[in-house]
Amino acid sequence: MLRKLILLVLAVVVVGFAAIWFLTIPKTVSASALGAYSPNVENGRTVFYAGGCASCHAVPKQKDETRLGGGLALRSPFGTFYVPNISSDPKDGIGGWSEAQFVTAMTKGTSPSGKHLFPAFPYTSYQHATIVDLRDLFAFLKTLPPVSGKVRDHDLRFPFNVRRMVGLWKLLFLDGRPFDFDPSKSAQWNRGAYLTNALAHCAECHSPRNALGAIVESRRFAGGPSPDGNGGVPNITATKLKDWKAQDISFMLEDGQTPDSDRVGGSMGEVVRNTAHLSNDDRLAIGEYIKTLPPR
Amino acid sequence: MKFRGLVAATALIALGTGAVIAQSNPIAARKALMKGNNDGAKVVVAMMRGTAPFDASKVDPVFSQWAETAQKLPGLFPDNSKTGEETRASPKIWENKADFDAKAAAFGKAVADNRAKAKESLDGLKAAVGAVGKACDDCHDDYRVSGR
Repeated sequence: MLRKLILLVLAVVVVGFAAIWFLTIPKTVSASALGAYSPNVENGRTVFYAGGCASCHAVPKQKDETRLGGGLALRSPFGTFYVPNISSDPKDGIGGWSEAQFVTAMTKGTSPSGKHLFPAFPYTSYQHATIVDLRDLFAFLKTLPPVSGKVRDHDLRFPFNVRRMVGLWKLLFLDGRPFDFDPSKSAQWNRGAYLTNALAHCAECHSPRNALGAIVESRRFAGGPSPDGNGGVPNITATKLKDWKAQDISFMLEDGQTPDSDRVGGSMGEVVRNTAHLSNDDRLAIGEYIKTLPPR
Repeated sequence: MKFRGLVAATALIALGTGAVIAQSNPIAARKALMKGNNDGAKVVVAMMRGTAPFDASKVDPVFSQWAETAQKLPGLFPDNSKTGEETRASPKIWENKADFDAKAAAFGKAVADNRAKAKESLDGLKAAVGAVGKACDDCHDDYRVSGR
């Protein structure tokens, strides 16, 4: 009797582990899924500045946003993340990656060695980007200078440092859906929605996060405490921005001045250093879209 | 004569009140200066964005006000003004007061060095305000707590 019970418990444990193992297998995108295409480096440049890659990946405390050697420390409740080198260096950066490996990292959050990447890298947003935009971005990144030097490992607390568990996190919070184009809205609004949600990943900072570090959906764009525990991030729904016009948002993304002529600071200053490179049309599209966010 | 006296008296009272506010409520005083900075920035930023015509006569007063802020600011952070009134002043100010003061001085220098250029042309104004804005950011990034 006892032996049967032990066997049953063992069977449950084995099946349970097998199920978790199966469910947490890192997903990939195959090269054959990408299809024929010719790269547009100039569009890749736009994607680079819309996505704000340099804000995290540029070497800290120097001005050249094309030196993507990484190293920035991102403090969080789970520990400190150290932003990796994504320069074109073949050894320490992503110079040796294939296009499919790059698209895999951006949309599935899986590294070339087949491991889960931590969602401090906002693939929750980038997964909504078009494959063409991602390929163009990859083509553009390859034109930037190689920077040597591997960045140190993340310094996370147990159990958050167990990469395999990120697979369970993804089951809960990575929906794998492409961007939803809304045919009832204007092309400009759709462009703004795409830039805001897929590339610029505004909500990743401008939303509070739950105990597992995922965005609280009901409070998306409503602002919250700063992840590093230092101050806060503003609400960018109509609750806070009701007096802003779309043009005010566009100007702010260009010169960093709010309608009150205060200066946006801290990490938003970094964002503006990127969005200043976008076209007026793109900045205004973001403004038009942000103005339609429901008040929260 | 009477009128002049009245003006003088009013000015004195205004000056006195300002001084008293600065002494009794440094947080309110520095907030008022920063608000003044923003009001001035609004004038020149509108010119830079092309929503208002370039007008050299409106540029200089803005720089005067910024210079005043730079000069008064370091004296407005006594030890009893670390908290209250929703101040966004970071506690780091009091840990690194010398560096904070140096950054206020750098702001003052940027204002002084770029003042003449700003009045010359729209391009001059753009360059000048860019340089001043950088000084704003250099200090805010370290010493202003980001707001909600």
